[in-house]
This record gives sequence, C-alpha cells and structure tokens, in this order.
Amino acid sequence: MKKLYLVGLAAALAFSVDSPARADGDQFIPILSYRTGPYAPNGIPYANGFVDYLELVNRRDGGVNGIKLAFEECETGYATDRGVECYERLKGKGPTGASFFNPLSTGITFALTEKAPADKIPLITFGYGRSESRDGSVFRWSFPLLGTYWTAADVIVQYIASQVGGVEALRGKKIVHLYLDSPYGKEPLPVLEAKAAKYGFSLTPMPVTAPGLEQKSQWLQIRQSKPDFVILWGYGVMDPTAMQEAAAVNFPRDRIIGNWWAGAEPDVAPAGEQGIGYKAVMLQHGAGRGKVHADVEKYVVTAGVSRSKPEEIGQVLYNRGLLNAMLGVEAIRTAQAKFGKRPLTGEEVRWGIENLKLDESRIAALGIEGMIRPFQISCADHQGAGLSRVQQWDGKTWKVVSDWIQADESLLAPMVKAAAQKYGADKSIPAFDCTKAQ
Amino acid sequence: MGFFLEVLIGGLLGGVLYALVALGFVLIFKASGILNFAQGAMVFAAGLGFAAAMEKTSAHMPFALALATSLLLATGMMLLTAWAIERFVLRPLVNQNGLTLFMATIGVAFMVEGLAQQIFGNNIRRIDVGLPKTSMFILESQFDGGILVNALDLWTAVIAALLVVALSLFFQNTRTGRALRAVADDHTAAQSVGIPLNWIWFIVWSIAGGVALVAAIVWGSKIGVQFALTFVALKALPVLIVGGLTSIPGAIVAGLLVGMGEKFAEVYLGPSLGGGIEQWFAYVLALFVLLVRPQGLFGERIIERI
Amino acid sequence: MIYSDEGQLKTTYAADMVIFPLAQDRTLFAILMLLAFVGIPALALAGIPPFHADYIFKAILTPFLILSLAALGLNILVGYCGQISLGAGAFMAVGAYAAFNFASRIPELPVLIAILLGGGVAAAVGVCFGVPSLRIKGLYLAVATLAAQFFFDWLFLRVRWFTQDSPSGSVSAPKLNVFGWHADSAVERYLLVLSIIVVLAALAKNLVRSDIGRQWMAVRDMDLAAEIIGIRPVRAKLTAFAVSSFIIGVAGALWAFVNLGSWEPSTFSIDRSLQILFMVIVGGLGSILGCFLGAAFVLLLPIMLDIVPGALGMPLSTDTVSNMTMFLFGALIVFFLVVEPHGLARLWVILKEKLKIWPFPY
Repeated sequence: MKKLYLVGLAAALAFSVDSPARADGDQFIPILSYRTGPYAPNGIPYANGFVDYLELVNRRDGGVNGIKLAFEECETGYATDRGVECYERLKGKGPTGASFFNPLSTGITFALTEKAPADKIPLITFGYGRSESRDGSVFRWSFPLLGTYWTAADVIVQYIASQVGGVEALRGKKIVHLYLDSPYGKEPLPVLEAKAAKYGFSLTPMPVTAPGLEQKSQWLQIRQSKPDFVILWGYGVMDPTAMQEAAAVNFPRDRIIGNWWAGAEPDVAPAGEQGIGYKAVMLQHGAGRGKVHADVEKYVVTAGVSRSKPEEIGQVLYNRGLLNAMLGVEAIRTAQAKFGKRPLTGEEVRWGIENLKLDESRIAALGIEGMIRPFQISCADHQGAGLSRVQQWDGKTWKVVSDWIQADESLLAPMVKAAAQKYGADKSIPAFDCTKAQ
Repeated sequence: MGFFLEVLIGGLLGGVLYALVALGFVLIFKASGILNFAQGAMVFAAGLGFAAAMEKTSAHMPFALALATSLLLATGMMLLTAWAIERFVLRPLVNQNGLTLFMATIGVAFMVEGLAQQIFGNNIRRIDVGLPKTSMFILESQFDGGILVNALDLWTAVIAALLVVALSLFFQNTRTGRALRAVADDHTAAQSVGIPLNWIWFIVWSIAGGVALVAAIVWGSKIGVQFALTFVALKALPVLIVGGLTSIPGAIVAGLLVGMGEKFAEVYLGPSLGGGIEQWFAYVLALFVLLVRPQGLFGERIIERI
Repeated sequence: MIYSDEGQLKTTYAADMVIFPLAQDRTLFAILMLLAFVGIPALALAGIPPFHADYIFKAILTPFLILSLAALGLNILVGYCGQISLGAGAFMAVGAYAAFNFASRIPELPVLIAILLGGGVAAAVGVCFGVPSLRIKGLYLAVATLAAQFFFDWLFLRVRWFTQDSPSGSVSAPKLNVFGWHADSAVERYLLVLSIIVVLAALAKNLVRSDIGRQWMAVRDMDLAAEIIGIRPVRAKLTAFAVSSFIIGVAGALWAFVNLGSWEPSTFSIDRSLQILFMVIVGGLGSILGCFLGAAFVLLLPIMLDIVPGALGMPLSTDTVSNMTMFLFGALIVFFLVVEPHGLARLWVILKEKLKIWPFPY
C-alpha cells in the first residue's frame, strides 16, 4: 500500500510543475474555478483568462493605482457545497477581505445570493445567475453584468425572427428549447414562454438529463416534429453530443442557436465536422485578440507565469474570464476614485461596481476594442447592457454573423420587476430607493 | 410506423453502448463477486490513454501504425491498472463481503479519476479511428423520408457483437476461460484444484480493462474523451440488474431492452410527464424486473427465501 | 489502567443497562458535550483562532454535524438492519423539499416543526421505497434504491408545485426562526444543529438498544432465523426504512435550510448518496460513534488535503491539489478497508481494550 502511495505521489508531483494561482498583495480577489470534473474543459480557459489578467495588472501597472492585487484560486468542481466552502474560506482573506466573488455556476450563485449580503461582499455574475437580480433595488449585492439568461433568450428569439423574415413570420413556427435539466437550463423558460405567447410560435421544451450524454430520444423527436429552430441551452459535454445527434438526424446545424455558455470552442470542437454551421449568441465579446492579449503575451506569458496554452489565448471562454477580471478591476478603480487609493472593502467595491462606467475611450485604453460596447451600471440596472450578437462556427473559429441586437426591454423589464419584487417580499427585503443612491 | 421503427432501432443501437459497459461489470462480478464501480473511471482512463497516445504517435507514423501503437500502449496501461488493482486492493481484501469490496472499487474509482486527470489533463481529447459518422436512410420506398440509421451506432453494434463472440469463445474454449468459469462458480473449489486465484483475477480485470478501452473508443469517437464518460457507469447499472449480474448474454439482451425501453418511454411517455425521464425510467424498469425475478432475467437463480 | 473497569460494580439491572457502563466513558462524554456546547462557542466569543472566524463554523462544524446525522440515519438501515441503500441523497432531498413546502405554504409554522415534518414525509417515502427490500437484498437492493435517487432528482426538477413555480427550479429557505429565536450568526446555527443532532443521536442510540433495534440486528444477521424466532421481517425492515429515512430527511432539511440556504436537486445527487454511504462504511457499520468519525473522515479529509499544500506554501495549482486529493482520498478508503474493514469505530474499541491493560502486557 505504501509503495502505491509513493508511486502515486511521485507521479502526481512529476506532472505538476505548473505555477499556482496565488499572489501576495493588498486588494484580495478570490477566484472560484473548476479545473477538474465534468465541466473542466470549459472551466480551464475561463480561469486562465481571469488569472492572466490579474497577473497583467500587477506586472504591467504594478496593481491598481499602485495597490497590488492578491488573488487565490479555489477549486469548486462545479459543485454547490464545495463552492460554498470555498466562499467561506476565501471571504475573509487579505487585509480588507474579498473584493467580490464570481460564483461561476448557477447553483453556487443561488446559494451565495443568500450569503453575500450578510457578509457585505458583492457578487459579479458575468452573463449568468439570477435573471431578476439585475434589479438593484432588491438585489443590492448581485451584478449580472452585461447579460442574463433572459436577455440571451430574448435575443435568440429576435435573431430567429430576423432569419424567418420578421416577428410576424414567427407565427405558427415551431421552436424546440433543448436544455440541460438544471436551474441553468430552466432559467430562460419564462421569457421563451412569454415570447411564444406574444408572437404565436409553438415552443416545445425538451429537457436533457445532466450531464447530457444521452440525447437520442430528443433528437428523434426533433426529427419527427421537424421544428424550424432548436435553441440549445447546454453546457459541457451536452453540446458536442447535440451536434453529433443533430448530424445523425440531418438537422441543419445553422438552425441550432445556442446561448453564450454553449458557444465556445469546447462546445463544438469535439464534434469535429458535425458542428460546422452551428450558431450561438455572444455575451457581447467573441473569440479573437486585441491589444490586451498582446500585453498578456508580453508581460505574463513571457514571464512564464501563465498556464494558458498558446492557442487558448483569445478563445471565447478565455476572453470571458479575462473580461470578467477586467470589469472587477475597473470596479475597484472606480471605487478608489471615491474612497481613496487604498485596499478597499467589499462594501466599497460594491459602490464601484454600481457606478462602473466604460466609455469608448476607456474601452480603447483597455485594449478590448470591438469586444464590448460602452455601458454604464446603475442602482436601478445592475446589468448595464442588454446587447448581443450571433456567431457561427466554421469548423476552426467563431465568426460574427449578425449585427448588435438589443433585448426587448418592454417585455423583460416588467418580468424582472415582478420577479424581483416577489423575491424581496419572500425574503422581506425592504426595496431600496434607487433615486437616493449616490 | 416509420417513426416507431426509428425509435426502436435507435433504442437498440443505443442499448448496445450500455451493454458494452455492462459487460465489463459482469465479467468482474462473475469472477470475483465484485460490483466494480470503477468501470466508468476505467473507461475514462483508457480513453485518455488511447487519445493521448494517438495524438503523440499520429504525427510521426502512418495512421494504421499509429492506431496499432496506441492500442498497444493503452492496453499496456490497462494491464498495469489491472495488476495494481489486483495486487493492492483485491489481494488484501480477499474474503471480505460484497459491500466492502464495492466500497473499495469506489475508492479505486477516485484514485483512477484523480490520477488520470493529473497525468493527461482535463481538456477534451478527440478520438478518430476512422469510424464513419454519416447517417443512412433505409426503406425510403416504404416510409416517407426513410428510416434513419446512424452509421456510427451501427459500427458500435458490430464491434460489440464481435467482442461478445470473442469473449464467449474465450470463456468456452480456452484453458484460462474454463478456469475463469470455475472461479466464478466456486473460488475455493477452484483454488483447491490448483487454479491460481490471483492470476485469474488479474486476467479478469485485464479483460474488463480491455472492454473499457473498446467502450472508450466508441464513446470517445462520438463525444470526445472527457470526464463525463465516467457517468456511463451509471447508465450500465440498470442494464446489469435487468440482465442479471452474472450473465454475459444477459448484459447484451438487457442492454438492448433497457436502451429500447427508455427511448420508447422518453418519446411516448416523456412529453406528457415533462420529459427527461429516461434515466429513472431505466432504474424503475430494473426495479420491476427485480420484483418479478430477483436474480434478473438471466442471472443464476438464488435459491433462498427472503 | 486508564480504561480499567475495576471497582465499578453493578448492583442493579438498570446500572448494567446504561448507555455508558464505564465511568471513564461517562466522564469523556460529559467533557465532549461540555466542549461542544460551551467550550467551542466560548472560544468563538473570546476570539481565539481558529474559532474567531465564521469559516470553522460555517464550512466545517455545521456541515460535519449535518452529514453525521445523515450518516446516522443511513447506518440504522445499512449497519443495523443490513439493507444497503444508495438512495440517501434522495431521502435528504425529500426532507428538504417537504420542509420547504411546509415552511413556505404555512408561514405560521415554526421552522423547527417544518424540518421535523420534512423528516416525517421522508419517512413515509422511505417506507414506500423499502417495500422492494422484502423481496430483494444485497447489491441488487442497492441498485434498486438508485431508482429512488434518480426518480426524486427528476421529480423536484420537473414538478413545479414542489418548487412553488420558481422559474429556475432552485428554491431558497425561509429565515431560521426557532420559537422566536433567530439563528442568524454562525455560532447560533451551529448550536441549533448541534442540539437537534444530540437529541436525535440519543434517540437513535436508545432505539437500537431496544426491542426494535434488536429485531433489526436479528434480521441483518440472518433473516430466516429471525423469522423463525418470531420476528416479522416486514415490520422490522419497514420500521428500519422509516426511522432511517426520518433521520436522513431531517438531515436533508438542515443541509438545505442551515448549510446552503438555497438549493437545487443536484445538491442531493448520487454523489451525496455515495458520500454518506462512505461515511457509514469508513466510520463503522452498526456504530453510532462511527457515524461521526466517518463523517469527519469523509468530509474533512478532502478539505484538509486541499488546504495543507497552500498553507505550507507549496507551489501546487488548484487542479493538481484537487486531483491529488481525489487520489489520496480513494487510496485512504482502500487503505482503511484493508486495515480495518469494521471501520474507525472499531479502532476506538481496540484502543480502549489496549488502554484497559496498559502499561502491562496483559
């Protein structure tokens, strides 16, 4: 038995020459990531992008206005209880505690939405989480920056309308919502149902049991009912499997529209040729490199502290992790302008996120031109923007194939308001008056 | 009618995949009375090893040679795994009850998963051994649009059939095969006539490793080798129960039955129940089989009153 | 010498039947209780590390206690009655969702009552899923209980009534209000959980020493013989399922209400079931103490392994640590099964025997 341990330990150590994601500094940023387990292929590039950007800020700028960033990764394995343990472990680190948390899983987001307000730490859920949490008057501590699932669902339906020739043409069309059977997959349903009622298309929700290895029956049903479009709300292994099965039943791939968590390289690459033509909405940004990537190469990769593979830099999920870190850092910068150039508490960073504003010149200065549009967060609107585009997989890269599409606020805003008020009433949270925010 | 046949064929071909994994379970249970929960982890590890070897070799040699080398390397890795499991887990645990051994295999599953991820990394690895992925439409004259048959699934069925034939021949006609059956019947008696138990267990775990490798190549061609492959073990358990823990033909027939049953349930029952019922339906099916025939359809009859 | 029973003479049957016949055990237990109820909260109030931070309470002690309770419930079924179940997660889910529905549909109901009612519903469901045990056993039964696991995973995702039309299917617990006492801080929540667990563990301990507990063990050891001496296996097995599911259901409700606060069905997935079964096996089948030892081993060991390299400043990345943790955890399980198949509780018994004669050889 002992021998086995030694062999195992030796083997494990032999393969672990990579550098840890941990740095000393004054402003602590916790990173919940998943580099192991079923969703690791998606979690790794995200975590790498996130860490690379924080390293870049420390190495290129010497921190935020001279305040060095400290950070530490904690492995959640995409499991809620491990995520909660990580949160408890990291929330008090650093001289001023955690600046903000990125739960990086719908389940962990729901659990932390209850816990973070008590600890006075803001949550940044970049393109996921509770859709109604963009209402800052109830969800003071949650920031679903730049997009929620409801936004994504709305944009997907608008895009489908543009493909069939306008919203009037949607009447009588058949759309299947193929989703991972979890809160993640169910979250967009209310919007899709509202849209179906409004425009008169028929919506068939089809759940796929997690992790989504087995989809034959769903695709046989799709083959039989011949829907006009399939909305794919999968994650991890479910997406390449869907491509395979779609190819097997000859369902045209360009009529499958994924959401932005089903629209990255690990979702299509394993399916090979079968994935060509598949489309997905974008969380504003897509794949590709900008000035910031050149800086990452120059300051982080050449210094040997990056764990990213060369081809990974500039991929969709890498960019998302990088932007996630960047928005957090910009929020700290914003807060520093008000509270002074010192390590800030979570409460102060919260103010920074709520007053975060990126204009054209700032976006250019950050080196992410073309990846996101100018936006501004406010107390009333914790999302900041409801814009998206559609991209298509050509077998090698994602290509943008649509213009910017603005989510239909006339539909979404009342739904968000109602859901947020229900949450506030259930939890007896007094609604904050946003006109008094400063 | 055309749709019915399509679901039927899809279910049967899907069932073959389950049978392939269930086969690994049955082999080990027959020879050592262990319900090997690590089978899913072994599929994952075998797939990773094979895919990594393919990536390394295919750059330097022609495809056929690379394929052969990779198969050899992956088989070697599975042999090593089998030896380690036999030496460090089974031998010290001889004569323990089924539950302890079952828990030990869960421990093994953790070890294999941890080690495999550490050595090969967590990225998705593609496997392409040249299996066709096109779909065919047969009987187009009878039915509108024809009946869909997926070539990859068909090839899988062929491979599984070949594997079963090979295993049956091995069990019936070779000396080792007969020894294996003797151990399965009564391992103390087998030992007393001079059959080396440790060697037999090594052989059995190696064969299970080989079956895992085949399953990994088939599943991996479909969706790439990734951690989610470990979950196929859970799809194989109801197959195992329906077919009986000790029967090789049982695993195949039950695989087909469960594959077919769950597809029919999902397609015809699913929409009225909200969908997503496949997984538990397979288990509930297994439960009902158990209530009628506690030993499964093909299992050895347990003569005992409970 | 230390654990010697010399001079401790029993003069009544009652004295012979007490839970802790040894004075040393009684003292040890009293110290332990004092430490758990008074000592640890006092350390927290005094701000002595590591008890000054929420972490130890929220991420270590509370989860440990709740999972110990779940292991206790499962141990009654597996360890005492010999019926293997891989469906503990499902019964935790039933307890959690039932408690949630009681608490939110009847707001007047104190949360504590809702949690207990959740356990009651889990007991009823447990009896239903215990029926197959009358006909099948062993590993076949284990796989059959997986039917419960996957069925409830699906049910709570699909039927919106259970989640009260929450669009995502994720629900959150109401505030913890125990007869006017708001358990908000980490220490208060720990004390709440601790009290529930001590009460239920005492009940369980007495139950397994009673008539019904002896029936369970008779059925476990040889069902045929048990039937012949007049025990009704139907009654014994189904009561074991009921009691076990009740405790597991309460643990599930606590896990959801106290530990997470907001949850979805995947919280109670097959992984949870396996984790709890591990606790029972590693801790020791048929031992109440074993449940706590097993829970400590299974829950805390991975966390420790995860923290140690970082604390020592070893340059390991999170995925390496996670993989190694997984490997070591598996290896340790195999190791323990090889060295002591009767679990950690057995080690404690052996230790006591050794201490009894120590320092003399015999």
